[in-house]
Amino acid sequence: MTHTTPISTHNVPANDVMPEKTSTPSQSSKILPLRVESLSFTAKGEHLLQDVSFELSAGPRTVIMGPNGAGKSLLLRLCHGLLEPTSGSVRWMGGKAREATMSQAMVFQRPVLLRRTVAQNVDYGLKLHDVPRADRPQIIQDVLNRTGLARFAEKPARLLSGGEQQKLALARAWALKPDVLFLDEPTASLDPAAAHAIEAIVQTMHDEGTRIIMTTHDIAQAKRLADEVIFVHKGRVLEKTPAEHFFDTPECGEAAAFLRGELRW
Amino acid sequence: MNDISEAFSTALHLLISLDADLIEIVGLSLQVSLSAVVIAVVIGLPLGAALALFKFPGRGAVTIVINALMGLPPVVVGLVVYLILSRSGPLGVLGLLFTPTAMIIAQALLITPIIAALTRQVVADLWVEYAEQMRSLGSGRLRAMPTLLYDARFTLVTAVLAGFGRASAEVGAVMIVGGNIDHVTRVMTTAIALEVSKGDLALALGLGIVLIGLSVSINAATYSVKQRAEAVWT
Repeated sequence: MTHTTPISTHNVPANDVMPEKTSTPSQSSKILPLRVESLSFTAKGEHLLQDVSFELSAGPRTVIMGPNGAGKSLLLRLCHGLLEPTSGSVRWMGGKAREATMSQAMVFQRPVLLRRTVAQNVDYGLKLHDVPRADRPQIIQDVLNRTGLARFAEKPARLLSGGEQQKLALARAWALKPDVLFLDEPTASLDPAAAHAIEAIVQTMHDEGTRIIMTTHDIAQAKRLADEVIFVHKGRVLEKTPAEHFFDTPECGEAAAFLRGELRW
Repeated sequence: MNDISEAFSTALHLLISLDADLIEIVGLSLQVSLSAVVIAVVIGLPLGAALALFKFPGRGAVTIVINALMGLPPVVVGLVVYLILSRSGPLGVLGLLFTPTAMIIAQALLITPIIAALTRQVVADLWVEYAEQMRSLGSGRLRAMPTLLYDARFTLVTAVLAGFGRASAEVGAVMIVGGNIDHVTRVMTTAIALEVSKGDLALALGLGIVLIGLSVSINAATYSVKQRAEAVWT
């Protein structure tokens, strides 16, 4: 844990807004930019994340990559506010704390669904966000239609297949119309067809203006989804570059080794 | 051996003949124990959930005390309630001693720690699974409490049944605060104790068989509903 390779910000403009690759999402956000400064996280004496700094503005899809145990999911949780950093800060520059909290959503690798129907799972998130009761049925119907889950609306959520459960987790997040959506390896345990469906929903959310920040160690998926890549290795951010550049000419040796499938973790 | 076969025959006879005294005793037993369970559920579920979710100084000590109180001796509870409700006690003016209400109070005190302790464990385990998702959705621990209790409902049925079992089987507390007064505070367990002291072992055992039968029936019905619901909602 003594790696000191500096973060590379190749071709990153001064305001860190990355060039768009495949789409033109809304540039407006109530809470962005997200400024991460000197972020460190230590648990049981082990430095799991060290001195991480970057800024994310509205627009591109950011994919956090790295080998297992690099600190990708931890970084995502710190950004989302699920964990308190040991030192450093995570600041949403565009809004107050409550607004920032309510303008984000996260989808986890393993979806946590309530023991209720599919529709009630979506409704639960809306209720927590104080969406008026009268407005909720329409939102639920819309989001279930768009994710292909409408026919399961009254089915117990935990009886869905793995892919459908992850779709429901996405639908629940989508219904909240988040400014920023964190996804922690959302397709890690899904078959290719289900993964494709999830990617399509993520793409649509991005097209509609939700800022996507996700982790993956699936290089092919990252190539499909990423506008920019943050490469994490051994608790440090080694690169933050446009996706094309990262995949064509990675700056650091670790990233090159990772892309060749040779990085030891 | 004769006593046992006689007991079964007595139990059968009591049931078939729909003995009026037996029905009255069974009715009061159920009324007292179920009322105590309702009170214990109203107090124990939120108390257990709060202990699981909220961090405060002394939480560990409170948890240990609640867990220890699961083994509370009924006679001690009965004695404490007796002292409180007796004419010279702080609540003596209410005149509740030797009434079914006193018995409900004693049993509620006895089983609230059981329900609270089991609820604490169930909710704590569920919180491990739900915490990140709930917080991500913007829920604090207070708002998470009813959600967790609802989602743990099938497991919590077992906690409630444990409380009911304890209430319906105990004799010490209801004997002290109820007094086993015929047609007023006589329940199954106190009736059994009385028949034993009178030497009518067959009748006592017969009543015992009826009590066990009741308990098994209630548990079987609940288990069956729980299994069916759990299969749907996992």
